[in-house]
Amino acid sequence: MNSAIASPAVQSSASLTRRKNIWLVFGCTVVGAAAQVLIKNGANSLSQGSLWEMVTNLALLAGYSLYGISTLLLVLALKEGELSILYPVISLTYVWVTLLSVVFFREVLTPLKLLGVAVIVIGVGVLGRNGRT
Amino acid sequence: MTTPLSSMGLVLLASFVGSFGAVFLKSGAGKLKRGLRYLFLNPQLALGVAFFLLSSYFFVLGVRHGELSVLYPMVSLGYVWTLFWSRLFFRERITRHKFVGLALILVGIFLMASAGK
Repeated sequence: MNSAIASPAVQSSASLTRRKNIWLVFGCTVVGAAAQVLIKNGANSLSQGSLWEMVTNLALLAGYSLYGISTLLLVLALKEGELSILYPVISLTYVWVTLLSVVFFREVLTPLKLLGVAVIVIGVGVLGRNGRT
Repeated sequence: MTTPLSSMGLVLLASFVGSFGAVFLKSGAGKLKRGLRYLFLNPQLALGVAFFLLSSYFFVLGVRHGELSVLYPMVSLGYVWTLFWSRLFFRERITRHKFVGLALILVGIFLMASAGK
């Protein structure tokens, strides 16, 4: 079997699945980043840090629920996608968390951080082009 | 401030354990082709999540001492282990795109972490 002589219909359906999987992981990173911001926000608002305080903290609960959803999206993507492509795409979470931290926690976006973000995005782009020639 | 070897070891262990979390999630995810109810009847998925939790436990132990700018990028070595496990367990090919893409991601994470100094 040579992929070069596969029918166009087969090819386009394979590429559709591939794109769907990448978007699922993309969603997984966005939801995962929102989870981290909520957890950070919840952690900041704890006064003494008792277990009871943690399990009744709305931001923490929401954050961990979003973590669950983000894992679910990853699993749905992995159902058919390649682990070696999809797993590194999760590094986009770093990008979203960096940007969200600027907005919500007024952290400074230094040129070096921005460069790091750009290089990660390019790396994910290269991974996404795998198999396309 | 220097980073103790024990902290590096713990974070390295965290990345290693986490990469197996990914392997179990992948092998459990394959079962979903037989129906979405396998989301629950699925020991591999449960094991995958358990490995991720264990990994974050080691990570938290690791980052108690030492510099986050050294330790944080080390977690991303988990992507490298996962590349090998994908080849070994799922017969996925290591292509030039995967290799270059992964290398760029590691450089990017390293840059971001050193910016935090």
